[in-house]
Amino acid sequence: MSERMGFFTDTSVCIGCKACEVACKEWNGVPDDGFVFRATSYDNTGSLGASTWRHVAFIETPDSWLMASDVCKHCTHAACLDVCPTGALFRTEFDTVVVQADVCNGCGYCVPACPYGVIDRREDDGRAWKCTMCYDRQLGGLEPACAKACPTDSIQFGPLDELLERADARLADLHANGRTEARLYGEDPGDGVGGDGAFFLLMAEPEVYGLPPDPVVTTRDLPSMWGWAAVAALTMAGATAWTRFGGR
Amino acid sequence: MARERAMVPEAEFSSYYGRPVIKAPIWHEPHMPLYLYLGGVSGACALSAALEELQPRPHGRLGTLARLGAALGAVLGTGFLIAELGRPERFLNMMRVFKPTSPMSMGSWLLAAQGGLSTMAAASAVTGVLPGAGRAAALSLGVTGPLMATYTAVLIADTAVPAWHEARHELPFLFGGSAMAGAGALGMLATLARPEEAAPVRRMAVFGAALETAAGAVMERRLGLVAEPYRREPLMRAARLLAVGGGALAALSALPSRRGGGRVLGPALAAAAAAALTAGALCTRFGVLRAGRASAEDPAYTIIPQRQRLTAAGRGTEGGSAQ
Repeated sequence: MSERMGFFTDTSVCIGCKACEVACKEWNGVPDDGFVFRATSYDNTGSLGASTWRHVAFIETPDSWLMASDVCKHCTHAACLDVCPTGALFRTEFDTVVVQADVCNGCGYCVPACPYGVIDRREDDGRAWKCTMCYDRQLGGLEPACAKACPTDSIQFGPLDELLERADARLADLHANGRTEARLYGEDPGDGVGGDGAFFLLMAEPEVYGLPPDPVVTTRDLPSMWGWAAVAALTMAGATAWTRFGGR
Repeated sequence: MARERAMVPEAEFSSYYGRPVIKAPIWHEPHMPLYLYLGGVSGACALSAALEELQPRPHGRLGTLARLGAALGAVLGTGFLIAELGRPERFLNMMRVFKPTSPMSMGSWLLAAQGGLSTMAAASAVTGVLPGAGRAAALSLGVTGPLMATYTAVLIADTAVPAWHEARHELPFLFGGSAMAGAGALGMLATLARPEEAAPVRRMAVFGAALETAAGAVMERRLGLVAEPYRREPLMRAARLLAVGGGALAALSALPSRRGGGRVLGPALAAAAAAALTAGALCTRFGVLRAGRASAEDPAYTIIPQRQRLTAAGRGTEGGSAQ
């Protein structure tokens, strides 16, 4: 296996140009996701989805404009991959999480399983889709289209270890310059998903950008959930035995 | 920035223009809730069929009916499950892997076993062919049946949907109870003309309704804010009323026949109870799906509990000042 590859999205230098959204669609042949005028901000894309694999959020505050390019997190412990019943979702040699479109049968389980609301099903096509971190480009030794197109290097691609070092240095710089609101998101291997393959430097709380403050991979509770189901099943069996043999 | 007012007045939270953080379940009505209902009925019938084999004189009429109910529920349920897929022609891909981390993979294998065994048991009971194999299949249904009725709770609880995941302790009991109420109701309909045979199915219906009601009440109490979508969902309220009312009617329907007088009143009460319990079991499944959707679509239910968790763990202010 190659080393783990990742994205470091430094939102402090994002200018909201949406070149990443366009490059992603162009390279991956992602169809349009409707032409909606949302009238809330310069963001008319709205959210990640089956046909939106990069999404630039735009938040206007009294002091500044916050812009951030969101993407699939390629979690260390990925709920979508855990719950996929067909094996369509798999972990690549780059430690990324990818859907095999020729295997997915559109069961839809990954959609509510993702704690970040990333993956979705295309209703006309019936299958689940999300960012592949340009698996095909990586196999050819190229960086993903979004990172290639980003004019400010807000989106950086590379070995995850190197990106984490770079992010720590950038965070220290920002804090030294008085930007104490800067923080990393998804970089901690101790978080509820074991850390993200695509992590961020944010300038506000994650929920401001539409990100969950403390995401958790729910399959970590699976043993206890099966335990509760087993107790309920035994309760049913015991009660039904009573209906047959008890009483009269 | 979108500052939103949460459902509980004191908790303010930030969100991205009030937009959901997670994706709502895309499962359709009526497919998915009907599958939950049919799978539950199949599971509870299967349990009855297995226990019938342990009776001193098995192969009674109720045993045959239980086998038929288990088979029909599983087969019809499978139909709805396949129709639910985005690519129904690829439904056999469910059998590509055996994946313990996926409740849907485990459920697919379980459904395959339940469907095969119950079809075998029912076919044997109806045709009289291979009674030994039919008996073995019916006994095996005692294992697959109750799991069939409760695994769907694990399936939906293993998602990021707050109203589902946080209810992971109670949902198996809610579904198990609802399955017994639903199967008991069908059994009561099948025994309307023979009240003397109705005692086991009536008890099953009453116990199931009680279990479902208790599990629902505990769930709504324990979950607090996260249970709001259940409390606000009209179908969940209807399900509660129908379970309580149907359970009470089912219990009452036993009285006239005991006194010997109620040749009409007893069956009438039993039919009303069966109708109420069936409607209640259906409302529960549709209501749980709708409450799950509502829970995912309002960012309050995702963000507020997570924020509270961080604050409680002292991790609320990492990386910089709050807004």
